[in-house]
Amino acid sequence: MIAALFDSIPAMILLTGVLVGVSGALLGCFLVLRGNAMLTDAISHSIVFGIIVVWLLTRQLSGPVQLLGAAATGLLTVVLSEALARSRLVRMDAAIGLVFPALFAAGVILIALYARDVHIHVDTVLLGEIGFVWLHTVPVLGLEVPVAVATLSVVLALNLAFVLGLWKELKLASFDPGLAAALGFLPGVLHYAILTLTSVTAVAAFDAVGAILFIAFVIVPPATAYLLTRRLWLMVMLAVALSVAACVAGYGLALRWDVSIAGMMASMTGVWFALALLLAPERGLLAQAMRLRRQRVDHDCRALVAHLFTHYGTPQMAEENTLRALIHHLGWPEPRARAAILRAHDRALIERRAGLLTLRPKGIAEAEAIFGRRTE
Amino acid sequence: MTALADLLGSNLVRTVLLGAALLGAISGMLGAFAVLRRQSLLGDALAHAALPGVCLGFLIAGARDLGSIMAGAFFTGALAALAMMLITRATRLKTDAALGIVLSVFFAIGVVLLTHLQAQGGAASAGLASFLFGQAAALLRSDLWIMGGVGLVALALVLGLWKEFKLVSFDADFARAQGFPVLVLEGILTVMVAMAIVVGLQLVGVVLMVALLIAPAAAARQWTRSLGAMVALSAAFGAASGMGGALISASVRGLATGPVVVLIATAVVVVSILLAPGRGVLWQARAARRARAQISDRRLLATLQGLAHAHDDAAYPVEQGMIGTALGAQPPATQLAKLERRGLIRPVTHPPETTPHWELTGKGHAAAAAPETDREAPQ
Repeated sequence: MIAALFDSIPAMILLTGVLVGVSGALLGCFLVLRGNAMLTDAISHSIVFGIIVVWLLTRQLSGPVQLLGAAATGLLTVVLSEALARSRLVRMDAAIGLVFPALFAAGVILIALYARDVHIHVDTVLLGEIGFVWLHTVPVLGLEVPVAVATLSVVLALNLAFVLGLWKELKLASFDPGLAAALGFLPGVLHYAILTLTSVTAVAAFDAVGAILFIAFVIVPPATAYLLTRRLWLMVMLAVALSVAACVAGYGLALRWDVSIAGMMASMTGVWFALALLLAPERGLLAQAMRLRRQRVDHDCRALVAHLFTHYGTPQMAEENTLRALIHHLGWPEPRARAAILRAHDRALIERRAGLLTLRPKGIAEAEAIFGRRTE
Repeated sequence: MTALADLLGSNLVRTVLLGAALLGAISGMLGAFAVLRRQSLLGDALAHAALPGVCLGFLIAGARDLGSIMAGAFFTGALAALAMMLITRATRLKTDAALGIVLSVFFAIGVVLLTHLQAQGGAASAGLASFLFGQAAALLRSDLWIMGGVGLVALALVLGLWKEFKLVSFDADFARAQGFPVLVLEGILTVMVAMAIVVGLQLVGVVLMVALLIAPAAAARQWTRSLGAMVALSAAFGAASGMGGALISASVRGLATGPVVVLIATAVVVVSILLAPGRGVLWQARAARRARAQISDRRLLATLQGLAHAHDDAAYPVEQGMIGTALGAQPPATQLAKLERRGLIRPVTHPPETTPHWELTGKGHAAAAAPETDREAPQ
């Protein structure tokens, strides 16, 4: 049964995607919360250099030494960028943008010059080869497990242990680095620990999804979850669930349209984000627009009540307390005036009596509250 | 040498070189504003976002037609910029997350479209890969006209709106207070960054475009404090990197232009950061060393003067060991010799003692009392 699972190519491809997505999302939550998302961009580009250098030195693509060696480049990028920014000759954003393209360019040139015959092809760097992960297997407990699956499982276990083990510290350091430092939790060490794990994950995921699509798996599901909740644990769970869903949906669509599997999985994370941006309860664009509309009508209601109250009992009352006055005197477009009247009517603030808009007791009370006085 | 002359003589190579220089200059010029406005990484996001546009342009035109590819890239780049604005304004997500989302999702869609095109086959789709890492050799003579046109438009905008761009780049709040349409100007600048990217795609490709935008500008910034000089220098650095990259990649088979251009531009940045007069790392180190030496000299002179005052004797001979005790460390012989050469102190004997003694000269008294000058203060 388990052997059959590992023999099934679709299951292995899907499993690889899910492993990349889950390990990325776990770290991504903290990167997004800490405002370090673009460091992922820098890391995932520059590990290309590390991967090719390690290959040139050891002639091996996978293995713990190779993984750590290549991941060191990711950390190097961060350290170099921060050192450059600290020299105050260039700002942080430009520093990031100077260091990682240089390392990435050096990596691409090395691949083109020395590794053209190996399976690191320049296209792999960008697109990944998730469709072929099942080609390279290692025996684990008597089963032939794809190398990518084995490596990514170890990385996922590492990330999971890190996040669960240091949950409290991570939470504190993400939301209040000052307090974390004062309490002796070493936020600086945590910062580099997260980035080191991100580099390791990027290297492990490189074969499957390439250097750039990895960014989507790390940043987009956590950012989507961030739109949906304010609780950290829920955000992490949602991010993980969203990336699993993106992998499944992306795989299905990629088969159907005969396009890049990794690309489609990454695109699906973008679809979830767009949906959340539009439809998130409370903070989605739709909810924001509806709240704005409701507030506008409520405000018009108050203006209407105040208007009627001001002219109540005056000689101009017959002229002022009508729909026409709202349109001509207050300059409201007719739909707006009608909407305000309907809403005020629904809230039992006004009624129509003898062709005139008249305040009901609740409306009078509201007007008195607005003007802050009582009628004689 | 003759090989190089042959290479330069060929018509094709001249087209490629001219194109590369043009593209580098445009990107360098517009990149200067992106760097000053701290929008370097926006360039990265827009460049990656150009990939789906390149594919769309290809899909619609049905062939490698530079005009429609550039239009497509410009369209999706603008879409990405709008998405960025929407995300940062309408949600609590920070700018970096918005950049990451736009960059990776647009790129993913681009990858999907690219593989869709490749699955459909056709020899023409092979040319698309050159937009990933750039292939200056694929430049055609007709492409030069398009690029020249875009370059002229960019140049005209920069010159025409020079004062406005300068103000918005350095003090947007002041510009707003003065009644300039800051939002519109920022929009135009962002559009121009997208334009620079679209133009540079052919040379360096979507992935490395950010370096051609940032590196020349960051290098130019080290050499000058004037915006005009920075923009001009940045354009020159961009053109030089472009030409160098095109030449080298043309002479090595299978080497894409983009990475070579980026490495050359990075080398220019490294040299600038190390050597630029005034700001450069080496200059700063030299200035710091001088300042340290100056402070040390003044401390020594002040010690001698203090002892002279204490003994009410302007020519009081101070034993060398006493200077060390007063300063906390024995001054090096070279420092004493240097001060002696400058005529500030002179060695004297003080029998019956045989140890070396020093006294301040008149000039030395004046120097010790002079107010501190900070000629050498680093910028």
